[in-house]
Amino acid sequence: MYDILYNILGNQVVAWIIAAALPLFVFILPFALFAVWLERKVSAHMQDRLGPMRVGWHGVLQTIADIIKLIQKEDIIPAEADKKLFNLAPVLVFAGSYAAFAAIPFSSKYIGSNAEVGIFYVIAVSSFVVVGILMGGWASNNKYALLGAMRSAAQIVSYEIPSAIVILTMVMLTGTLSLDKFSQMQTAYFWNWFILGGPGSGITKFLLIPFMIVGFTILYISTLAEVNRTPFDIPEAESELVAGYHTEYSGMKFAMFFLAEYGNMFAVSAIITLLFFGGYQSPFGYLGNTFKLPWLVPIEQVFWFTGKGIFFVFVQMWLRWTLPRLRVDQLMHLCWKFLIPYSFVNLIIVGFITLFR
Amino acid sequence: MSGLKQYLKDTWQGIWTVLVGMKVTFKHLFVPAVTIQYPDVKINLPERARNRLYVNMDDCIGCDQCARACPVDCIEIETVKSIPGEDLGLTSNGKKKALWVTKFNIDIAKCCYCQLCVFPCPTECIYMTDVYEFSEYERENLVYKFATLTEEEAEEKKRNYEKYMAEKEAQKTAAAKTKTEQPKTGDNK
Repeated sequence: MYDILYNILGNQVVAWIIAAALPLFVFILPFALFAVWLERKVSAHMQDRLGPMRVGWHGVLQTIADIIKLIQKEDIIPAEADKKLFNLAPVLVFAGSYAAFAAIPFSSKYIGSNAEVGIFYVIAVSSFVVVGILMGGWASNNKYALLGAMRSAAQIVSYEIPSAIVILTMVMLTGTLSLDKFSQMQTAYFWNWFILGGPGSGITKFLLIPFMIVGFTILYISTLAEVNRTPFDIPEAESELVAGYHTEYSGMKFAMFFLAEYGNMFAVSAIITLLFFGGYQSPFGYLGNTFKLPWLVPIEQVFWFTGKGIFFVFVQMWLRWTLPRLRVDQLMHLCWKFLIPYSFVNLIIVGFITLFR
Repeated sequence: MSGLKQYLKDTWQGIWTVLVGMKVTFKHLFVPAVTIQYPDVKINLPERARNRLYVNMDDCIGCDQCARACPVDCIEIETVKSIPGEDLGLTSNGKKKALWVTKFNIDIAKCCYCQLCVFPCPTECIYMTDVYEFSEYERENLVYKFATLTEEEAEEKKRNYEKYMAEKEAQKTAAAKTKTEQPKTGDNK
């Protein structure tokens, strides 16, 4: 992306700034606006309600109105809060979720950074969010915020283990850490997706399918917990902790936490898409190839990638309105006694299959 | 071994029950919403719903029966008798009106929506409407004034009546005077 901009603009700094800011304004902000609306509509319709209906067609502009309201709000800092950390925390949380987008390939032509260690970088940088959350909870000088932050930290750190093991399984199977290569491997049709055994044919492909499904399930559950979504939303359990780590935040700082949350939701969905569901590849081949229009292919890829990502975000919302919140001990029980053993067994079996294929 | 069996069974049950729950919620995604877009769409009120009172002043004869029936005294009626020669018209059921209704106030803030005022009305001019959106910022705005006469007119009617009464009184006294004077004159004769 940077290279293309550099060729067009001829100025390193400008190209660098645009390349860095582009995903924010082109994707994350509109996505967050859309996702908040989608969340409200999905939750409403699952409860046989209508949700926002007034602002725009079926309330599509509701989030924009909310953002305008948030901008106008007074920025309140509690008197006893640690002001420096308090102001830094939302920036850090947002930076953590935003940084993950740098390595995510939206199409073969649009990657912030085509790093060879893409998936490793994403795991590393998304843990950054924990620091911001803990910082915000601590600096608020509020017992509920601190409790929420502690829970969140414990939860994210625990659930990184099963997700890392599943990602390790996939890395072992494919032999690459680059997210772009992950996508390229699953090209052509949907039976080349890793959820269906990956490219290639023969008995190993079919042997892999159940273990891929197990891996996908574990990864989905643990990433769900990492982004603090229901049923793993004990850090923001409103019935026990007011709102968790962002209790004391208002106005734009609250909006930044919010934006980071929705950005993270898409980031983890994107990781799942990349690892198991073909990344930016179309499931049925490209219209651009059939009609000999090569410029259409990257656009289709963006469509497929965001489509798959938004589908998994939708499933996250769907689960939110299906399952009740887990207790703290149940949460840890699920992670340490179920997800981690299963992911280890999965790792070993997939390792053997990889060895003998 | 049975421990492992139980463990696998628990795992399977966990996943299966989540899927069952997801099926239920997914079905509800397509169930028509029960929400009504209130100010645009309104539910039909029940047949005998009791809401804001209305008085059709064309039919009101100022009999004060509704005010007397009201358990919370929210109706205030003042009337002035008409003088001969004034035509107040007929009510819709053919009764002749005899009173100027100079004041007919209903304080709907006090009203308890019991509908007891509706039944005694001989001309059926006070009744419950289906209007239920009448919130106000000031409490005095909830006092509904139904009297059709303006204040000046009401004053005028009052003065007319007083004048008429005074004239009548004067006539009476005059008549009495003549009555008492006549025998005197007779005596004088």
